[in-house]
Amino acid sequence: MNRRNFLRNTGFVAAGSLFVPAFMKPLEAMALDELSLYKNLVVVQLSGGNDGLNTVIPFGNDIYYQKRKSIAIKPEEVIKLNDMQGLNPNMAALQEIYDQGWMTIINDVGYPNPDRSHFRSMDIWQTGSDSNQFLSTGWIGRYLDSNCQTCKFPYTAIEVDDSLSLAMKGQTKKGIALKDPAALFRNTNDPFFKAMLQNDKEHLDEDNLGYLYKTMIETSSSASYIQNTSKIYQSKSTYPTSGFANQLKTVSKFISSGLKTRVYYVSLSGFDTHVNQIGQQGNLLKQYSEGMAAFLKDLKSNNKLEDTLVITFSEFGRRVEQNASNGTDHGTANNMFVFGGKLKKQGIFNAAPNLSDLDTGDLKYQLDFRQVYGTILDKWLDVNNADILNKKFNTLDFI
Amino acid sequence: MSAKDNFLKVKHLYNRAGFGVSYTDLQKLSKKNLDKVVDNMLKDSQKDDPINLVNDFESKRQLLVQAGLYAKKDLNDDEKKMRQQIIREQNEVSRDLNIAFITRMINTDAPLREKMTLFWHGHFACRSNNPFFAQQLNNIQRTNALGSFKTLLVEVSKSPAMLQYLNNQQNRKGKPNENFARELMELFTLGRGNYTEQDIKESARAFTGWMYDKDGSFIFRQNLHDPGTKTFFGKIGNFEGENIIDIILEKPETAQFIARKVYKFFVNDNPNEDHIKELATHFYNSKYDIASMMKKMFTSDWFYSPENVGTKIKSPAEFLVGLSREFYVTYNKPQVLIQLQSSLGQYLFNPPNVAGWPGGQSWIDSSSLMLRMRIPSLVLNDGEIDFSGKADPEDEAVIALSRTATTNANANMKPKSYVNANADWPKFLDTLPKGLTPLALTEFLLQPKLNAKITAMVSDNKGLRSTAVEITSMPEYQLC
Repeated sequence: MNRRNFLRNTGFVAAGSLFVPAFMKPLEAMALDELSLYKNLVVVQLSGGNDGLNTVIPFGNDIYYQKRKSIAIKPEEVIKLNDMQGLNPNMAALQEIYDQGWMTIINDVGYPNPDRSHFRSMDIWQTGSDSNQFLSTGWIGRYLDSNCQTCKFPYTAIEVDDSLSLAMKGQTKKGIALKDPAALFRNTNDPFFKAMLQNDKEHLDEDNLGYLYKTMIETSSSASYIQNTSKIYQSKSTYPTSGFANQLKTVSKFISSGLKTRVYYVSLSGFDTHVNQIGQQGNLLKQYSEGMAAFLKDLKSNNKLEDTLVITFSEFGRRVEQNASNGTDHGTANNMFVFGGKLKKQGIFNAAPNLSDLDTGDLKYQLDFRQVYGTILDKWLDVNNADILNKKFNTLDFI
Repeated sequence: MSAKDNFLKVKHLYNRAGFGVSYTDLQKLSKKNLDKVVDNMLKDSQKDDPINLVNDFESKRQLLVQAGLYAKKDLNDDEKKMRQQIIREQNEVSRDLNIAFITRMINTDAPLREKMTLFWHGHFACRSNNPFFAQQLNNIQRTNALGSFKTLLVEVSKSPAMLQYLNNQQNRKGKPNENFARELMELFTLGRGNYTEQDIKESARAFTGWMYDKDGSFIFRQNLHDPGTKTFFGKIGNFEGENIIDIILEKPETAQFIARKVYKFFVNDNPNEDHIKELATHFYNSKYDIASMMKKMFTSDWFYSPENVGTKIKSPAEFLVGLSREFYVTYNKPQVLIQLQSSLGQYLFNPPNVAGWPGGQSWIDSSSLMLRMRIPSLVLNDGEIDFSGKADPEDEAVIALSRTATTNANANMKPKSYVNANADWPKFLDTLPKGLTPLALTEFLLQPKLNAKITAMVSDNKGLRSTAVEITSMPEYQLC
């Protein structure tokens, strides 16, 4: 598609100016001091089921070496964090981050009656449901729906991708997906798109057509806001050349230019390592760690690290015992990472996985992932987690 | 009733009950009495034409090999390769099956049967890595699409795809797995709130032993079945699966649950309780005759009332099929249809979970709407694609394997790609009456009523072809 023309060959020319209803223009009126108080959440999704036991290695436990004869990381290669656990050597870039106190590792996060299907388990993590419950809205989407003081804008949640994850979809409000703010801006400024929005008060009803027009208007106004706010910002930091690092670079640009977005969502995929895991996972962990380290240092240099919380999850961990193809199969509980400049509990949050007390070969979870979400909702996004998660979850003390 | 009135009603009927209608057919049909048109539509859909893409013999051979490999402890390199080869072939055939289903909807001359198949595809939502199982279930939904709901329900419940998806393969005497029993009541028949946890427990026991064998056929394994007494909805007996289904169907809540879902799919996202009750009673009294319920709905006055015309958001499948059908589009690389489905949020055969696609406004967010508005020009004008769908979580293993040692795993290094489709413009233009104005074409292509803005936009005549591209790119075209 010719990017200058929304419709090729139609020769469509628009006239007049874009109608923007009054409720869509609150930005200029916003007081400046409001901008500096913004706390950001960045969610990093590792898709495919990252093998947590080869990410944070329980090198102090013999069972690990017994169960993983050909894929265990040797003790001398592990980046040791304490007597029991250490990082995969491909995560060297995170050592400095860890030493600075900007990283917390939460062990054994899961949920009751775990599902080993990628799709279903990702669904559960993204919606925050029980394992026998089907929700059609995501946990961040329901946060948007709650219409709290700080989440009222259509750009409150941004996913750096072409399409929007279920996590970001609420009943009445949804996040916005964009890979490149300039491209979205071009599309919404195409003459055809603008013509469709022209003088269109009559469509702003509650019905489906009204919903379509409202979505278009919000897309258009968000695209302008995001582009105009972020285009002047030039990052001084260097990022590694990977798609994942690029996503983070975009997020950093948004955060550092003062965008009033609260939640960002990025993902890295390819973690379903059933076969020859060592090289593949190593590669991905290297990309992940180098990207994250660059991102966090960039935020630090822009004085944004204290206002930013980053979490990393995967839909499940892998079985404790390796398979016959030098890989691992789908498992259950897994570790989560939390990063930020204001962590209450830094380093390793809770006990390492107990490898001798398994549930048919799988780790038992110590913490429900919704306790982590609940903590963030309560303490970072300032909403009551029971309103978003449909029941109250006890919070944790990492922030 | 005026001729124009009938024209609009028939158009509405074909948009909802099928995937649209050509101008020529619409002209012919609108000369008939509406009841006749409905009868005609049902008659056109009498023929059942199953999809026979996946080879039965080859699939059974693969299943046996897989079962053999699964049973072995240590596989040698050849055996590992064989296992991977089968998985690769299955993935490929699964994609072909997806394309076969959507292509069928595009080309069918039994539109109501295919539309109902699409409905049941979402109602009995299921995922299977095995394309033979998936095809089997799709054909069960097609064969029984307009038949007896009871037969449909029993056959779906006995299909290997569903038995596997809902873990009934693990549901054994003394070690019940309640997954199937729960979804049977919560999502397939009664709906939440119309049964107790005890009902689930007891009925799960009745379905013990419902399994499929090594070559993928249903088998009732007597030795794994729990023959004991069960108490289900107050009835006591040595129930087996079929008895449970019968008791569920005796409850009018089942007819209500299905009627409500049908109403929301075919009529309006906002349920009208009176109309639903009317449908449900009819459905129940007809002993769950699906065709009869559909006829009742399509011949009801309320089906054609203004609040139900041009007000529903098309599902991605309806949108893609309707567009392709309208303009006689052929896809030279049909895989692009999968990319479009997944970018728009409805990857057929891959529902988000057993509850199916939530539908309605959930189809629309900023990116999916933008994409929908751009697809007509991509498809009809062969534009360049500059977006990529998300990887399906089930494809992660393939992604993991295909990663090379570069650090550019997520980078967009892809060459430019095009939809590579051809619309048959001469054929499309041929269906239109001579001298049709752009405005009249607009009225034909859009279901919502035209407003002043659209009228003004299309009146500065640009020819029918460019008008068509413009109209199909409008937000109004997302409604039917």
